[in-house]
Amino acid sequence: MPDLLIELLSEEIPARMQARAKADLKARVTDGLVEAGLTYASAGAFATPRRLALSIEGLLAASPSTSEERKGPKVGAPEKAIEGFVRGAGVTRDQLEVRDDKKGQVYFARIDKPGRPAEVIVAEVLEQVIRTFPWPKSMRWGDGDLRWVRPLHSILCVLSDDSGATVVPMSVDGITAGAVTRGHRFMAPDAFSVTGLEDYATKLKRAHVMLSSEERADHIWNDATNQAFALGLEVVEDRALLEEVAGLVEWPVVLMGEIGAEFLSLPPEVLQTSMREHQKFFSVRDPKRAQIVRFVTVANRETADDGATILAGNNKVLSARLSDARFFWENDLRIATSDLGQWVRALDNVTFHNKLGSQGERVNRIAALAREIAPLVGADADLAEQAARFAKADLSSEMVYEFPELQGLMGRYYIEAAGFPAEVAAAAQEHYSPLGPSDSVPTAPVSVAVALADKIDTLTGFWAIDEKPTGSKDPFALRRAAIGSFRLVAENEVRLGLSKIIASYLQKNMGGETVAVALDTFGDLNLSEIALADDTISDAISSRQSSALLSNSLSSLMQIADAERLSLGQIKSRINAQLYRIRVDLLAFLHDRLKVYLRDQDIPHDVIDACLAMPGNDDLTLLVKRARALAAFLKTDNGANLLQGFKRANNILSQAEAKDGVEYSYGADVKFAEDETERTLFAALDEADKTIRPAMEAEDFGAAMAAMAELRRPIDDFFEAVQINAESQVLRRNRLNLLSRIRTTCLQVADLTRLEG
Amino acid sequence: MTPKPETLRSFQEILLRLSTYWAGKGCAMLQPYDLEVGAGTFHPATTLRALGSRPWAAAYVQPSRRPTDGRYGENPNRLQHYYQYQVIIKPSPPDLQELYLGSLRAIGIDMDLHDIRFVEDDWESPTLGAWGLGWEVWCDGMEVSQFTYFQQVGGHDCRPVSGELTYGLERLAMYVLGVDHVMDMPFNAPDAPIPLTYGDVFRQTEQEYSRWNFDVADTDMLLKHFEDAEAEAARILSAPADDPKTGKRIVMAHPAYDQCIKASHLFNLLDARGVISVTERQAYIGRVRALARACADAFVTTPAGGA
Repeated sequence: MPDLLIELLSEEIPARMQARAKADLKARVTDGLVEAGLTYASAGAFATPRRLALSIEGLLAASPSTSEERKGPKVGAPEKAIEGFVRGAGVTRDQLEVRDDKKGQVYFARIDKPGRPAEVIVAEVLEQVIRTFPWPKSMRWGDGDLRWVRPLHSILCVLSDDSGATVVPMSVDGITAGAVTRGHRFMAPDAFSVTGLEDYATKLKRAHVMLSSEERADHIWNDATNQAFALGLEVVEDRALLEEVAGLVEWPVVLMGEIGAEFLSLPPEVLQTSMREHQKFFSVRDPKRAQIVRFVTVANRETADDGATILAGNNKVLSARLSDARFFWENDLRIATSDLGQWVRALDNVTFHNKLGSQGERVNRIAALAREIAPLVGADADLAEQAARFAKADLSSEMVYEFPELQGLMGRYYIEAAGFPAEVAAAAQEHYSPLGPSDSVPTAPVSVAVALADKIDTLTGFWAIDEKPTGSKDPFALRRAAIGSFRLVAENEVRLGLSKIIASYLQKNMGGETVAVALDTFGDLNLSEIALADDTISDAISSRQSSALLSNSLSSLMQIADAERLSLGQIKSRINAQLYRIRVDLLAFLHDRLKVYLRDQDIPHDVIDACLAMPGNDDLTLLVKRARALAAFLKTDNGANLLQGFKRANNILSQAEAKDGVEYSYGADVKFAEDETERTLFAALDEADKTIRPAMEAEDFGAAMAAMAELRRPIDDFFEAVQINAESQVLRRNRLNLLSRIRTTCLQVADLTRLEG
Repeated sequence: MTPKPETLRSFQEILLRLSTYWAGKGCAMLQPYDLEVGAGTFHPATTLRALGSRPWAAAYVQPSRRPTDGRYGENPNRLQHYYQYQVIIKPSPPDLQELYLGSLRAIGIDMDLHDIRFVEDDWESPTLGAWGLGWEVWCDGMEVSQFTYFQQVGGHDCRPVSGELTYGLERLAMYVLGVDHVMDMPFNAPDAPIPLTYGDVFRQTEQEYSRWNFDVADTDMLLKHFEDAEAEAARILSAPADDPKTGKRIVMAHPAYDQCIKASHLFNLLDARGVISVTERQAYIGRVRALARACADAFVTTPAGGA
């Protein structure tokens, strides 16, 4: 069984694409081979900055021959049909066999497909894979038409077995496959030929190429940590950077350098970000001083001076970079400590979204919201508002302009330096969180208030201007904002009615009343004149009120006024009706996302529906508590059985109510009870109600459901012993009313009718 | 032959070495384009000549202006006026990387001591409607060149593909000469009868232009010039191809492209004056791109454009 070795040598492949390309090469080639009948024992793929390689072991030397029998037309069928069959089967007329079939004599053809040698199949498959390779971005070069990630220089394709190695004859756009490759671009650029994987890997290593990216990464990490350890230091772990750097070098050489003392006062995050983003350096920390004091750079070669020239060069570049960073930091600090408000004011001139106005407007809206939310999360309203006003101030700083990923964190440093309360500074950093499902959720009340305000502003604002997520498109990350707000509320057990907050936000920012006030400043204008002067007036108002949202609301108003000539009062109510629709639509979206969020926490969708149908469903904490309790309850034996009992009661009752045209909802009396189980059920319901009502008031869903579980046995026994539709009308009515008590009692907890099963 | 690094003593020597090297590789030694541009790519020898099927090989120095980068001559690395060295070869030769590395050797970078790396950096010019794939080339962690295979210019696919190399001359020279502040760099030989530093030549102009770019340029006038350039480009391109005077077919792609270059620089100046809002920015870039596309459309109908 032969082994196959493939190498595609090109100009430098972007580091971020190598892992995926390696996997794609393996999957596509092996799939192609197997489809053509060539099975194999094992396969492994490799990537370096200049090469993709694939080794396949235990490949079949040829695809197996196959034989197939095909039934054709009857003997005596029209000549055309027979000719067609012969052509289709790829046989000659005299190769056809005649056999007896149920309907008479029929032609049969036997199609033999001989196996094909591996080298033919490999050549076909590899050419196809090269021509259709799924690079995220690919290019042409010179005057050719072939596309590859960067110019492709050579193809190595060798089949080898005990008798030796042979080159698979193939060529793609003038590149003919061979058994030859090259070593390191600078240290061993000469060509050499190879016979198989082992020979290839060995010779490459001799030519200063480590074939395996894992080996390169391990080498870098081990060498870096050893060098750091020897100095009593530690390398800051960064998996993504390690993978990237391993994709930039074929022969990694780890060099450690010192950071100039004049830069050690920079925040560690700034050092780390600047070194990682610009230079792809690892940070080395002194655990005793909790400071970043050195860096590790990875060169692609050994040199006669042991890297001294390379290190000196890197040091120089780093100093220039850090000088910039220090310049930003010192300038920013000067502004922050003299007039932080200057940055906040500058946000008025930065567009957030053309329909949602400037960052400044956005901050105003968030500040008002944070103030409203503060008491609900146990935060001081003044502090929350102040925190919101400064939360995005750092967007005006030079450091964040240079390193956008430091937003929030720099805000924290600058606000602290300006002498504001620690909660205000912390909120600047924390109000962006949580960004993803695994990101941590802020717990400090002021941070929670600002974070929630930020997310509600984003959600409601974009909803109001009709920029909703559709399908896979969610350019403003509204789904993430929704999940973020759920986690903020649920994990902090915050009690607030989202619906009310959204309503007041919409009313305040674009409500009929606000619009009317704005219009009033223009005196007694004829509405059709307003409509004509649409642009001018909404411009004027938006500059005066500094609110893009309001001017949106106004321009839709202009359309209404123009079309129908409504009075101001009518316009107000039209606008408010529109805002109501926005709010209902947004809440429906939030409920949808909530189901996704809770489903991820193992709460089934019907349980969520059963809880969403209850009052107060915009109070997320209550909702989650109820849903968790119900989901847990339904998992118990009593819970599952009680649900059956409830459903049975509800079905019988609903049918009777439909049939009789009355509602059996009142008047069940124990004195009409005939059966012992009936009396027991009355007693049990009385008992349950005694517990359930106060438990529900205390929102102790667990206790309420435990009390409900006590009904299981009496209900089962009751159904076992008693005929509901009794002969006696008095008895029947009393029993139906008793069923109604079961329904009422159970429905206090959740809308059990929405549960499945 | 690798010259010894210590034989290089001035900014101009590096420039001369590069020119000699690329002339030796067969490139036409062109001169800078005589209009203000933001980068060497804007030179019609690159932008327009990258289009069409005719082979092309050229190298030139291009003074480049980036008004927003002005630092009054005080920042060691940042200038509003600097030099780019530009090489363009169409079709890109298979050994372009080796040719490029040869140019580094020519200016005294010893490959046995330095670490040269090709780090992914795809190039895109929204104002030119152009993009390509390639790398920034690092020498010991410092970006010394931009290396691009053009895929599209002015909205047209490049067939064949041009290989483009851009060297930031000041930065490269500072590195090779071991100078920390650009203004301290010897412009000519330090032992020349009248030795001049980069600062002797450019410190004052950096100050003057920084002030004018940031605070003094008349924005109303700049805006008017922008609109004039835009209108003139459209007028040039709408003229009939057949010249009534000579009776020849003369499509005026280059004069129209001059107006595109002017509009682009005027936009940069307006940007430095801080009068262009974020939303307007995109619109301005779109307007310059429309000009670049129209010029590219015209160029490919000319003989030099391979028609």
